[in-house]
Amino acid sequence: MLNITELLDEIKASPFEEVVITAPHTGTVEFVVDAPGANVVGPSGAWREKPGTLLARLDREKNKKLIHAALKGVVEHVHTELAGRFVQAGTRLMTIRHFLSKEEVLDRLLRKTLHLFNAPERAKYYFRPDVDIKVKSKGCQSVEVRPDMDLFIVSRMKRESQLNYVGPEGIIYAVYFEANQNVDAGAPLIGVCRKDQLSTIQDVVSRVQSEWVEQD
Amino acid sequence: MDIDKTIFELRERLKYIQDIFGPKENENVLLLRAKLQEFEEQLPKLDPSEQIRQISSLEDLFGFLEKKLERQLTPMDKVRIVRHPQRISLKDILEHVYDNYTEIGGQDEYSVDPSMLIARAYITRRVGNKVFNQSVMVIGQEKGHGQEFRNGGSVKPWGNAKALQYMKVAETENIPIHAYVNTPGAFPLEDYPGAAQQIARNIYEMAGLRVPVIAIFSEGGSGGAEAIGLADVRLMLSHGYYSVISPEGAAAIEGRIRQGQRVPSDLVEKCAKQLKITAEDNLSLGLVDRIIQEPVLGARTEHFDFFRTLRQEVINATDEIVLRVRGMNYFRAKAVMRQKKSPGANAENIFVRWKLGAAARDRLLWKRYQRFMTMSRHAVLDRRSLGRRVYDYGTDLGWSVYSFFKYDFWRKHQKKVTQVAEDVGAEFQVVLNKCFAPIKRIKGSLKGGEGDAGGDQCQLTQLSRWEEREAEPKKEYLSPKAKQDVTITCPNTPIHGCLDMWAPDLFGEWAGVCIHCGHHFPMEYDWYLRNVYDPDSVREFNAQIEAKNPLGYEGLDLKLEEAKRKTGLKSSCMTFEATINGVSVVTAMLAAGFRGGSVGAAEGEKFIRAVDRARKKHTPFIAYVHGTAGIRIQEGTLGVIQMPRCTMAVRRYLEDGGLYLVVYDTNSYAGPVASFLGCSPYQFAIRSSRVGFAGPGVIQETTGMPVEPHYHGAYQALSRGHIQGVWDRREMRKNVYQALLTVGGRNLYYR
Repeated sequence: MLNITELLDEIKASPFEEVVITAPHTGTVEFVVDAPGANVVGPSGAWREKPGTLLARLDREKNKKLIHAALKGVVEHVHTELAGRFVQAGTRLMTIRHFLSKEEVLDRLLRKTLHLFNAPERAKYYFRPDVDIKVKSKGCQSVEVRPDMDLFIVSRMKRESQLNYVGPEGIIYAVYFEANQNVDAGAPLIGVCRKDQLSTIQDVVSRVQSEWVEQD
Repeated sequence: MDIDKTIFELRERLKYIQDIFGPKENENVLLLRAKLQEFEEQLPKLDPSEQIRQISSLEDLFGFLEKKLERQLTPMDKVRIVRHPQRISLKDILEHVYDNYTEIGGQDEYSVDPSMLIARAYITRRVGNKVFNQSVMVIGQEKGHGQEFRNGGSVKPWGNAKALQYMKVAETENIPIHAYVNTPGAFPLEDYPGAAQQIARNIYEMAGLRVPVIAIFSEGGSGGAEAIGLADVRLMLSHGYYSVISPEGAAAIEGRIRQGQRVPSDLVEKCAKQLKITAEDNLSLGLVDRIIQEPVLGARTEHFDFFRTLRQEVINATDEIVLRVRGMNYFRAKAVMRQKKSPGANAENIFVRWKLGAAARDRLLWKRYQRFMTMSRHAVLDRRSLGRRVYDYGTDLGWSVYSFFKYDFWRKHQKKVTQVAEDVGAEFQVVLNKCFAPIKRIKGSLKGGEGDAGGDQCQLTQLSRWEEREAEPKKEYLSPKAKQDVTITCPNTPIHGCLDMWAPDLFGEWAGVCIHCGHHFPMEYDWYLRNVYDPDSVREFNAQIEAKNPLGYEGLDLKLEEAKRKTGLKSSCMTFEATINGVSVVTAMLAAGFRGGSVGAAEGEKFIRAVDRARKKHTPFIAYVHGTAGIRIQEGTLGVIQMPRCTMAVRRYLEDGGLYLVVYDTNSYAGPVASFLGCSPYQFAIRSSRVGFAGPGVIQETTGMPVEPHYHGAYQALSRGHIQGVWDRREMRKNVYQALLTVGGRNLYYR
């Protein structure tokens, strides 16, 4: 079992992730943001209809494509030597340092500490009716799972089949899928934790909620 | 004398004056403030008789300066008067103008839309020894005195639907309608029935209401006002305003103010002046019939004399309409005319029954139509020579006569005449056969049974036959955008992964349609002229009718010149006759390139003439909206009045059995959609176009709610029931032809 506190300290030591902005296709680069240290924002609006900060333009066949920031953060490094030059698709243009938010920290912690049960194929997943009622009425943490337990219904192309849980015994701490939404193969469906770990995880979650300072 | 109460009243009066004059510093207001403050400070030191003397002199000063301030009122001050919470509201009018009333269609906040108030009211008249109770249907927007649930008199679509429902009730009961217009504008919602669609329906139905309608304008906010403002007599309160857009909105457009930024107050003042929104302006433009004089600085709830004046005016106006269309009316009509000229005269001495017979109702509709048709004609620049005008008039008259004989007279007697002609022809044929029989026999024996096999041989020995028309090279329309050596990215690339397209392909062969996802890029209207109509069949008419600057709005002359130079058009509306697969149609097109396709007096006039031409020639009428941003704000209410005018022309055409087809392209918003376009039973949209009442920015500004990116999309409009179909541009010709054959009225020439 991983030491959750250690994990948290590790995240605290580097509370960000580096996002590399690459050229989506060939073209001549023109940087709009060309100085490290500039603050950028990601898409906003109720429908994420307002694009993020304009970072650069890529000119191909006299067609200027705009490259916007996908996340909030600070520009760490810009490859200014590429300005005005023709680049290939996938060329690194700049690096953005994105500081983790509370939700992202919790998500990382939980994904590392919980046992993730992944979707075997792309399909729509549902809990078995009796489990579903329990989840909806008392929350997912009221459901105990055991190996080989009949837990899911897999719905694909109008064919429904059952899916048994594989993994350690415990309780469902997090649910990562929604009804009527397709889940890709390999994506997590549920996060399971052992009963004796529950109090530790809850403690860490409350610590993150209260202590984590989000940086702009 | 209650000194405290009088001081309180003076404070209230001062506060009202300060509210009206807003941020401006006025020396008279400062003087009043100083005098009142001085008096309040000295009050404890004065003896009672001195207090009374000083306070009455202070009251006199207030009265004197209020009259002086009245003369200094600017249009924007009048806007502030109308918006003030102390302004008279419809509830006050119902209480003081009518003798009895019952609110229907809801009560206070318990209503489908409390901003639209409807009441069945009585006016009781004593004439001689008789007492007459005359019913009217009172309809109007209600702002309420600070009542939040009234939404400031901004009516939602279902509120306008309710108004229409009770207008029809009034028509059924044969009672007049008194419409009190008191709205800053309609609430911009697309939810069913949709702001634009409902206003269009209201205007369309009001054009045919067979009862007298009087509209009294206090606050006439564009489309919201038109939803109940189409009337036989239009009165306006002297301190009211009637405008195409709020002065703040106009200033935001003129000053190119971005959302969230404050509009400079001096620019707002300037726009209010330029838009010609006051009662005097609208009277001089011929858009209202009379002005009802209010007390100084506007009517408030305590001005009981004003309510009496208003009562006389509405009674007078109703009498006037009824007498205009009724048979026996000579002396009373003269008396009513005299009373109109002397305000304050008692209008209740003359009794006029307000119920109309069938013939009078027909006359009422015809007079209403004629009256609206003459409005705003002076605001059009007609460059036709005298000879041309005479020729056009003659042609028009010729078509009227021809149309009458061919479709009205001939159709009625066609069967009889045809039968007689058939019988006579058949009899004659028998006689001819008898006469020519010997000659035929001789001819037959000479031919020896040889058939004419030339044609058959040709058909049997050739796979296909050479046609003359196939020999001609097909004239393709080439968009200027297709001449650029660039690639274009589809806006749907993030969703559908569309590949970039080369402009000559996209705007040439592919007609501006993304081959991956079907997104329609805007195309020039010329593409439609070449690809929808038969080759070389487009014949423009009324091209010399030009848009002008009737209000002398600053900068519009230059903008119009620039638009005329850039587009080669004289207005945003181009009217022409053409054929589609041989079927003649009349089309009015709003071109987006000319001032955003905005509609002013010239565009309205051209549209009406095009509808009339289609009506006389019994051809289908197509309104192709290449794009419209709404009513041209720089023409003020002369633009707004095109909404009822064009709708009335369309209604007349539809009732005569025509086919009115509307096709929206790119962006179509505001006034035109909320009137003469939105009233069509057959509306279609080209894919990727947007249709609605107000754009996303205006909705956000007005309601404070953001709208989803595809809120105005064609498919959303289709699902909300605004339009009947979404067409692919490349199939428009086929679809229009299909519509010409399958939908529309009974009086089309080719049916």
